[in-house]
Amino acid sequence: MRLELFNNSNCGVAKLEGELDEGCVSEIRRKIDTFIDANNILQFVFDFSRLSFMDSTGIGMLLGRYKKLKQRNIPVYIAKASGHVDFILATAGIYTIMQKIS
Amino acid sequence: MNKFSMKLLSRLGNEGFARSCVSAFCVELEPSVEQINDIKTAVSEAVTNCIVHAYNGQNDKYIDIIVSLDNGCVEIIIEDSGCGIEDVEKAKQPFYTTKPEQERSGMGFTLMQTFMDSVEVFSQKGKGTKVVMKKTVKKD
Repeated sequence: MRLELFNNSNCGVAKLEGELDEGCVSEIRRKIDTFIDANNILQFVFDFSRLSFMDSTGIGMLLGRYKKLKQRNIPVYIAKASGHVDFILATAGIYTIMQKIS
Repeated sequence: MNKFSMKLLSRLGNEGFARSCVSAFCVELEPSVEQINDIKTAVSEAVTNCIVHAYNGQNDKYIDIIVSLDNGCVEIIIEDSGCGIEDVEKAKQPFYTTKPEQERSGMGFTLMQTFMDSVEVFSQKGKGTKVVMKKTVKKD
């Protein structure tokens, strides 16, 4: 799993590459939270264009970040989730709270 | 008919190894990419349950996995000898989790049921849990 974090004109972006599961989730969570605390961001985007696999552990991580960002009134978006990841996100109802963008 | 079994430690990260092994074994049935992802997800969920819930982070326990291929169908058995599930029906409910403080989604069994044709759970408190999942992956 590779994670790239950057601040693009007050838009925080987390780009995940590879497979997101229990084995790597705590490090991903810690890095994203550190980034959120250290940056002045007005919106946050999860870029899943290079994410090939996710299970319910990833859903838990997303919900946790959503709660943290919501407390600061920062909207969260999901970009470019592919077939399998997109289906998991839809099944778990993630798109009802995080808008899908292309 | 073909069969494969593996025994692996309840170590964090082994869920990735388990799903890769099981899905690679199923390739014999010529599944679609979608079906491979379905199997990978279901195995990942079941093995993660063993690591996180059954053994509660103890990384020196064993998880048994048996995969059988027969007549276009795959049967996957994932068994632990951990703490067991008190109420299986409750555990299967979407969003139900015993560990909300760990940001668990409670979607594990729901995803197994979504991606497999059938999921049976046999559990005894203090003895362990056995998950039996089946899916038809016919050759085209």
